[in-house]
Amino acid sequence: MSDAKKFMYINRKAPYGTIYAWESLEVVLIGAAFDQEVSLAFVDDGVYQLMKGQDTSEVGIKNFSPTYSALGDYDVNKIYIEKESLEARGLTLDDLQHLVWEDEDEDWAEKDSIRVVTSAELAELFDTQDIVLSF
Amino acid sequence: MAAIEVNGKSYEVDEEGYLEDLTTWVPEIADVMAGIDDTKLDENHWEVINFLREYYEEYQIAPAVRVLTKAIGKKLGKDKGNSKYLYELFPYGPGKQACKYAGLPKPTGCV
Repeated sequence: MSDAKKFMYINRKAPYGTIYAWESLEVVLIGAAFDQEVSLAFVDDGVYQLMKGQDTSEVGIKNFSPTYSALGDYDVNKIYIEKESLEARGLTLDDLQHLVWEDEDEDWAEKDSIRVVTSAELAELFDTQDIVLSF
Repeated sequence: MAAIEVNGKSYEVDEEGYLEDLTTWVPEIADVMAGIDDTKLDENHWEVINFLREYYEEYQIAPAVRVLTKAIGKKLGKDKGNSKYLYELFPYGPGKQACKYAGLPKPTGCV
């Protein structure tokens, strides 16, 4: 589609204290049906959304973290994590889910979706977007 | 609240016929729902229904039709991974109809 726009979804909040994380994910999945260029950024407490080993059995909310692994199927494969936010929380990439997508043109080769970027790099990325939505 | 009868047991469904509690699903529910739509399920239908249940189990969502089509193509071959084939099996829409029989919620983004 020639009029595809660049959409960036920024996720800033921890996954279960508010509905923002799940709402954002739903909007991304719905929006992915419209063949736009979609990328996601996780900053501040938003980095917790991608933590491995989430268990919500005691908070009575569905654990939607497995759904992030479906993003590759929806051709959402540009996922940026802010380096400073990870470090401020004592986290590394190993604490997060390993998200991949399969490249149909290369016999379904698995490729990494996640890229760790600095705050400055992220700012430049924001600058190149047509639409930025913050959750 | 609407309900359907399967083997003498009553299952609650929403106004569009989707099962309220997906944990209560049994295969006979799919057969009964298909009967309501004047459809008889064969092994080709079941391939898709079982695929959707596995997908939901893994990702906690029902996939969009485009995603379903691509994934079916990868798993079951190109002759099945196309909308023509899937719409012939599920004329009301492979996402909506197959997810309903599978006891899953309506696919995210499906209106």
